[in-house]
Amino acid sequence: MNIAVLLKQVPDTTAKINVSNGKVDENSVSKWSMSPYDEYALESGLQMKEATGGVLIAIACGPERNKKMLTDAAAVGADTLIHISVDGILDSIQVQNFLAAVIKNNEVDVVLCGKQAADTNAGSTGPGVAEILDAACVTMVSEVSFIENKFISVRPSISGTEKVSTNGLSVFTFDKGVSELRRPNVRGIMMAKKKVIETIKPENLGLEGSDSERVLLKAQNSPPEKEPGQIFEGVGEIPTIISKLRNEANVI
Amino acid sequence: MKFTIIAETNGDLLHQTTYQLIGAISNIGSKSTVICPNGKGSSEASKIKGVEKIISVNGDCFDLFDGSAWASAINSVCEGTVIISASPNGREIGSIIAAKRNIPIIQDVTGISPGITVTRPIYSGKATETLEISGESVITLRPNAFENADIGNEAPISVVDQTSDLRVAIIEAINKASERLDVTEADIIISGGRGMGSVDNFSHLESIADSLDAAVGASRAVVDEWGMPHRMQVGQTGKTVSPSLYIAVGISGAIQHLAGMRSSKYIVAINKDPDAPIFTIADYGIVASWEEALPILKSELMKL
Ligand SMILES: Cc1cc2nc3c(=O)[nH]c(=O)nc-3n(C[C@H](O)[C@H](O)[C@H](O)COP(=O)(O)OP(=O)(O)OC[C@H]3O[C@@H](n4cnc5c(N)ncnc54)[C@H](O)[C@@H]3O)c2cc1C
Ligand SMILES: Nc1ncnc2c1ncn2[C@@H]1O[C@H](COP(=O)(O)O)[C@@H](O)[C@H]1O
Repeated sequence: MNIAVLLKQVPDTTAKINVSNGKVDENSVSKWSMSPYDEYALESGLQMKEATGGVLIAIACGPERNKKMLTDAAAVGADTLIHISVDGILDSIQVQNFLAAVIKNNEVDVVLCGKQAADTNAGSTGPGVAEILDAACVTMVSEVSFIENKFISVRPSISGTEKVSTNGLSVFTFDKGVSELRRPNVRGIMMAKKKVIETIKPENLGLEGSDSERVLLKAQNSPPEKEPGQIFEGVGEIPTIISKLRNEANVI
Repeated sequence: MKFTIIAETNGDLLHQTTYQLIGAISNIGSKSTVICPNGKGSSEASKIKGVEKIISVNGDCFDLFDGSAWASAINSVCEGTVIISASPNGREIGSIIAAKRNIPIIQDVTGISPGITVTRPIYSGKATETLEISGESVITLRPNAFENADIGNEAPISVVDQTSDLRVAIIEAINKASERLDVTEADIIISGGRGMGSVDNFSHLESIADSLDAAVGASRAVVDEWGMPHRMQVGQTGKTVSPSLYIAVGISGAIQHLAGMRSSKYIVAINKDPDAPIFTIADYGIVASWEEALPILKSELMKL
């Protein structure tokens, strides 16, 4: 079984974001990491690989620094590393078309990714890629397994959670999983360093050129400053706070 | 530019966010077509100002949620720029519609102006970005970020029948969630952290939540360490919320927690440590233990 895991590199959640001249200064980001939910997708992919004797293909689309993340994925067990090398800004559908093309070229049986990436919090990629591939899609899953030729996954439902099944090529977007994430061991790290990363340029994917620049980045800014709040020692001002929330803010 | 809005419903009624989607488009001077899956909320929608017409799309594919089936049925009647709520289902349907049309989707938008130019938070609210969109796109709007549209209209309703195939089969419903409001739905959230001392003490938060019709949230520390349900978790790896009022009790205010709640309209923090980072974003901070503060908070609320 060929298991594709889509990995997006984002500024680490603890990294400070600096804005200068209307643009986020990416060079000043202290640490880039695999987006948190992608770690759960990867872990689930590794378990599925172990259970089925499959091959885990890690795919990342982004600039050169993505290679480090792919190597990190190899250190915990990813077999094939594919880097779609792009530098500029892509819109959602461009990324999805690139990822879907690579998935098609690798005869993949199942695609695992994060439910939302930590940079834009979008949640577009999994369902979009599934649509392009004409695959089934289950979002926000916490577990996936392959049993009797079916994918069985657990997703939230209105009344709790539910177990669902899909046949054929399926895309799963991961919420927080149920398993502990594995950490690489020394051997894994050494082996990963030797692993070859297959680099692909989008122009070699055989896609028709899409109209570029449909989404133009005008500016990035620091979040609007909040008025400094009022901090009270002790509980004496609680009645005042309640009355302000009631009469000035109108929120209760 | 034509706008198609996909209504979000709550039972047979429109969800509040639908009024906000319509309001946001009216505010940029455009009228919209509203699509009501299975006709739910259609007569209600026809009375909202700014609505030009309603299309009620009927089909048994709407009986349960399968994003792909919903998107196929809805897409058949979409025109122009498609607007939908940035709720979990909205994000999924929107993504599939965008992929079907081979157009971009811009999620979680908090500001929109003619042109179309949109603003959205990025990096968990540590920055925002403004994008200019040319051509068609799908745009999801963050709940509670826009004003409700007014009532006063009589827009025509047409009905279209659609079928589409389900690809996902439900094989087992597992546990029942509590009846409590979900944090992403609630207008007021009261969340507890490790400072609450134990799971049992969350009953104090629940009783205040009951009197405010609020949802109860939690920090990751209590979800991971005390086994509280993950759906209650607010933050980077939990839910992103933007209620009118967020009350944080015994939560230190780690950057990953702030990521999920910093865009709340009003933030009240109760923490016994005056240097807790949660106070840096609180509108009102109460430096006290919850044991002292919650009973007073509760009795004051009872007086309202
Ligand atoms: C990749 C990643 C993702 C993460 N995602 C999330 C996330 O989604 N959500 C999240 O919340 N965290 C997340 N975290 C964890 C985050 O870093 C913090 O560890 C967590 O938020 C701390 O929870 P807390 O505030 O409840 O606990 P603590 O930091 O231990 O704070 C407890 C607070 O309670 C106060 N206190 C103690 N006793 C009392 C009392 N009697 N009365 C009043 N106050 C009292 C203390 O002064 C303290 O400020 C994430 C971390 C990482 C690395
Ligand atoms: N550029 C990318 N390269 C690889 N995977 C991606 C990329 N963008 C998104 N993904 C995957 O899709 C998930 C959702 O991303 P998003 O739609 O950006 O919120 C991520 O968690 C990744 O698993």
